[in-house]
Amino acid sequence: MRLSLNSRLSVISALLPALLVMLVVYVGATSWTVWMSLTNSRMLPNNNFVGLRQYEMLLGNDRWITSVHNIIIYGVLFVSLALLIGFLLAVAIDQRVRAEDTIRSIYLYPYSMSFVVTGLVWQWLLNPTLGIQHVLRSWGFEGATFDWIVRPETAIYCLVIAGVWQASGLVMAIMLAGLRGVDDEIWKAARVDGLPKWRVYVSIIIPMMGASFATAAVLLSTGVVRLYDLSVAMTNGGPGIASEVPAKFVMDHLFERANIGLATAAATTMLITVIAVVAPYLYWRARKGEMR
Amino acid sequence: MAQPLPAARRGKRMTPARWGLYAFIFITALYFLLPLYVMVVTSLKPMAEIRQGNLLALPAAPSIDAWVKAWTSACTGLTCQGIKIGFLNSLRILVPSVVISILVGSLTGYALSLWRVRGANILFGAMMVVAFIPYQVFIYPLVRLFSFAGLGQSLLTIVIIHTIFGFPTMTLLFRNYFASLPVELFKAARVDGAGFYQIYAQIMMPMATPMIVVAVILQTTGIWNDFILGLVFAGRDNLPMTVQLNNIVNSTQGERAYNVDMAATLLTALLPLAVYFGSGRWFVRGIAAGAVKG
Repeated sequence: MRLSLNSRLSVISALLPALLVMLVVYVGATSWTVWMSLTNSRMLPNNNFVGLRQYEMLLGNDRWITSVHNIIIYGVLFVSLALLIGFLLAVAIDQRVRAEDTIRSIYLYPYSMSFVVTGLVWQWLLNPTLGIQHVLRSWGFEGATFDWIVRPETAIYCLVIAGVWQASGLVMAIMLAGLRGVDDEIWKAARVDGLPKWRVYVSIIIPMMGASFATAAVLLSTGVVRLYDLSVAMTNGGPGIASEVPAKFVMDHLFERANIGLATAAATTMLITVIAVVAPYLYWRARKGEMR
Repeated sequence: MAQPLPAARRGKRMTPARWGLYAFIFITALYFLLPLYVMVVTSLKPMAEIRQGNLLALPAAPSIDAWVKAWTSACTGLTCQGIKIGFLNSLRILVPSVVISILVGSLTGYALSLWRVRGANILFGAMMVVAFIPYQVFIYPLVRLFSFAGLGQSLLTIVIIHTIFGFPTMTLLFRNYFASLPVELFKAARVDGAGFYQIYAQIMMPMATPMIVVAVILQTTGIWNDFILGLVFAGRDNLPMTVQLNNIVNSTQGERAYNVDMAATLLTALLPLAVYFGSGRWFVRGIAAGAVKG
């Protein structure tokens, strides 16, 4: 069907916001951020080109190095633990248990809450004077120590605990959908062959669930790069700079430390990292024809 | 999920393996419930009882004093008007943001799915890539742009910002939904002489009710839980509840009032929890639809 002039104008008017957002916000803002990272802008943006000097400064910045170090620890542990726990929860629920809906709701409800709420609750639970450590000691484990949140070398693991608590239910929901899609014939055949159940999961089901694992892993990973609220609410980057993360580094240097050049260099580094992870994934999906 | 199952997977008898299974489920459920439980009991205890340090004990004499204080008089920075200010701000941000982002997203999804537009796939593909990019990349230029446009930090700014960042997901949601409808429907309407906006408003949107529900759930929890965008774009007078909550808890001088903190935290979580428990399977549908992106 050919479009009349009238409908053509209508279509264009409907797509105008999308075009505007793409061009001004996404292309424009991204380019500006990248450009700023090549200048020596401090409190106000300027156009004094200094090449890659901000990136050199970044690599020599302790706080940035700590942030990157932390986000790698957090990312690896958070993604693998959430995948593992989420998968186990989904397998458990898939065994035709009683009160399935209730159990599912319990596993998933943390995901509906914000990172600020999550961070504040776990800050309270991990508080060494009155939290879990105190409970363990009052139960008679006199020497019990669980003071990770006040120790610089372990504070980042507290963020992992809170993050995994919040997001495992999401993995469970994705995995459960995948498990429910497994053909019952496979289970019948495995039973005829006398395979134990765990073998079926390890050798047959897990390899079949590549798409579910990929979806969950990508969802979790994008959350990793964005990690900000949790660090602010739970530890505010502390003790000292022990639980700083890249997103917080950017925000603090933009709005408190008035160092736009350095902040945008950090933001650009984040952008490149994300593209390096996401581009192959989107390409893979597009090739599978799932994007339609 | 009600299809008949082979007997092997139904397993009703309580074998040792099933005891183990239920033990695993019970212990993990405790882990997930513990923070919620601790929040509730802490918020109902007076400080004297909290100082004794029985984190897990039920309150000796439950009292809602901390809740009242959190709502009406807890201090965020210099003002002590409680978290109700943040609650109202969040509502004022939430309602227009949800409505506008769904309108814009559904219209874009509709145009991209049913009307043959040159470059539609490129535009859509680009939007999907952008959905992954961290906010930090856009934030500073956007702050400058809005101040240059004279909007600065305001309610309007934060509504526009939520619409912009909800754009990719909302478009994706509606595009995929409209693409799954039988195309004859659309063609018949065209033959009858209905125009672009007429088909959108009178045929497509009424049919998209399930997607609208999903979109409302996704956007409501997402916008309510937002922290960083509200912090940067809403302005001092419109700070959302999450930001005020963080101020109440983390910028207190002197002894922390943990009961008030936990009451304020629960109050902030109340709306998303209500949406979650009230919507049941719809919430999961929303995640699944949003996960298509990822």
